[in-house]
Amino acid sequence: MKEAIEVFKTGVYAPAPERTPVHVAARYGLFIDGAFHEAEAGGSRPVENPATGERLTETAEAGEADVDKAVGAARRAFEKRWSRLPGKERGKYLYRLARLIQERSRELAVLESLDTGKPIRESRDVDVPLAAAHFFYYAGWADKIGHAFAGRAVRPYGVAGQVIPWNFPLLMAAWKMAPALACGNTLVLKPAEFTPLTAMALAGLVQEAGFPEGVINIITGGGEAGAALVGHPGVDKVAFTGSTAVGKAIQRGLAGTGKPYTLELGGKAAHLIFEDAALDEAVEGVVNGIFFNQGHVCCAGSRLLVQEGIYPDFMRRLEHRIGTLVMGDPLDKNTDIGAINNAPQMERISCYLAEAREQGLDVWQGGQAVPERGYWCRPTVVRDAPMSARIVREEVFGPVLAVQTFRTAEEAVEKANNTRYGLSGGVWTDKGSRIFKVGSAIRAGVLWANTFNKFDPTAPFGGFKESGIGREGGWHGLQCWVRTSAKG
Amino acid sequence: MAQRLTVNKTYKLFIGGKFPRSESGHTAMVMSKNGRPLAAYCKASRKDLRDAVALASGGQAKWSSQSPYLRGQILYRAAEMLEGGAAQVASALQWHGMSPLPARRAVEAAVDTLVHFAGWTDKFQQLSSSVNPVASPHFVFTVPEPCGVVAQIHADRDFEGLVSGMARLLCGGNACISIVGERLAIAASILGEIWHTSDLPAGTMAILTGEVRELAMAAATHRAVDGILGQSLDPEVEKQIQEAAAETVKRLSFQSGGRTDPLEDVLAFQDLKTTWHPVGW
Repeated sequence: MKEAIEVFKTGVYAPAPERTPVHVAARYGLFIDGAFHEAEAGGSRPVENPATGERLTETAEAGEADVDKAVGAARRAFEKRWSRLPGKERGKYLYRLARLIQERSRELAVLESLDTGKPIRESRDVDVPLAAAHFFYYAGWADKIGHAFAGRAVRPYGVAGQVIPWNFPLLMAAWKMAPALACGNTLVLKPAEFTPLTAMALAGLVQEAGFPEGVINIITGGGEAGAALVGHPGVDKVAFTGSTAVGKAIQRGLAGTGKPYTLELGGKAAHLIFEDAALDEAVEGVVNGIFFNQGHVCCAGSRLLVQEGIYPDFMRRLEHRIGTLVMGDPLDKNTDIGAINNAPQMERISCYLAEAREQGLDVWQGGQAVPERGYWCRPTVVRDAPMSARIVREEVFGPVLAVQTFRTAEEAVEKANNTRYGLSGGVWTDKGSRIFKVGSAIRAGVLWANTFNKFDPTAPFGGFKESGIGREGGWHGLQCWVRTSAKG
Repeated sequence: MAQRLTVNKTYKLFIGGKFPRSESGHTAMVMSKNGRPLAAYCKASRKDLRDAVALASGGQAKWSSQSPYLRGQILYRAAEMLEGGAAQVASALQWHGMSPLPARRAVEAAVDTLVHFAGWTDKFQQLSSSVNPVASPHFVFTVPEPCGVVAQIHADRDFEGLVSGMARLLCGGNACISIVGERLAIAASILGEIWHTSDLPAGTMAILTGEVRELAMAAATHRAVDGILGQSLDPEVEKQIQEAAAETVKRLSFQSGGRTDPLEDVLAFQDLKTTWHPVGW
């Protein structure tokens, strides 16, 4: 009781650190053909904890020779083992992996938070359970693929080359791996250079689950390793999640090769808050939409459009709520906002904010104390920025919300669609018919109505326009991993 | 008796529901095998392509907001119109070098293709939609939506393929800008007249005859073109289109003859939208 009164008076919670012990090796090799190897060229790269700037470990730096080795292993595994297994057996391997992820969930959550700087509350309650759920969901598809493509013959592509980003390392690995494997492909996965820890832990679980060697290969390295993987002639299908700039380079690079690709790229989603919305719920949705994972979310609600009549009231509630967010140690269970994932990203966010200030925009930040070490950005709101401002047009990929107003639904939709992106959108209103009208008018692949940033393995996810091509999740997600042809 | 002089027409472009001559003023002739001029058509310029794209956006908004039932009726109407004009199109196909019987058969097949896609307008959604059984209290569904303005680039003399490409794009609520080379220029121009009398909203369909490579690159680099359907293109042109189209992450589909699946063909230019809403008392 005394503690509770203290919290009430000061707004400061006593520390509640997650103490599950985890093992971080001094160095991680490349997981190729069922075992860990040093890179051919012997190079390595340090990995740091973004919340402290301390070095966590180092990873082998894959070069072209390593990529070639991994693709070769995946090819052999595809031809000799995986493509010959009945779907039921493939499914059982995936179920095993899902179980192992569940059983090691706390350890994986701690690793994820150490490596990415995201709050343990998120890695524990979102990233890891969803990753396990994804493997469970697609495990069940493995012996039912034919049912998903009525009247068509289907077969796997062969070897998949998969490159994933640093914002949801384990979850993105699950999104890429689970459907590819269920459909009968083997794969080479490259996690982002900043966040390899859970992928390497996953490699250990793959060994433990007894997957045939070479079915899953995980290589670490930077952009060059990614480019070598995507461009490798032995890769039959490319799947990439990351920035729109790199996605375009991949699409360009694959021109003329006939190689299929799926791309999950950036976004600049808008929340539309209508006057009849449940305001406190909308405030929670907006806060979750932009400050979840420090805004390092491709589908983040980074633009806010509020109907004029409620603008002052809504902003008062929103800024009050932002003021209560707890920023700090990602491993503390009270933490709402963790560290910015990496130094280059910190630099990028700072540039956007500096430019907004130079332009005289109204930049407001929550009052959170910034830790002395590591990379941090306080929750930020930029009010009344013009459509032409870069902070409104470009993906900041940080905890920065750009706010504008609107009068009519038509104006709101026009503003929401005034972007080259089309990944997600949010609409908040009490009126059912408006949800459908506005929802269908917004050009985006995921539309959250009176909610935001919800994910599920059964629900397809992916973008319109420059936000990407293809879907992940649900039975639609299977389409990215099979070749179809006429039956008979 | 003096021999009557025939009145030769120059076949025109179809842009924004009108039949302009090319902004460039250029025309070209379809010649017979022995070098006799048979008919003239307009050669579209990059400016014509840009005009067509600008007008297509408005047309597409109207077209996609019409009911799938009505879209089916309009495609069926186009089939009726093509059947009625079969003789004219068949003789144009003969100018393009086909023998009379294959020419007639090609038109008949195209009519049947239009009828086939007329029937898809209100069915592909059900075969590609889902209600997603998520683990949280939300109602979540996924439905296809047209990707927008699509350029169809046809370098062959496959008349049925040309009509099939148009039909699959329109069927799904997209606008179609058809870029057609000299090997089908006259027949394609006549198709403009058929679409014009089928009650499509102006701009939804455009037909540009001319230099395929030049117009294809203009489409591939245009920001307001959302997708490209390439039919029987030279591999080098296909590669250049892919490279240019990456700048705006366009949806691409390339085919060179052969049987394809009509449902997959329609879905190649649809984007899936997943909508979430909480469930509660």
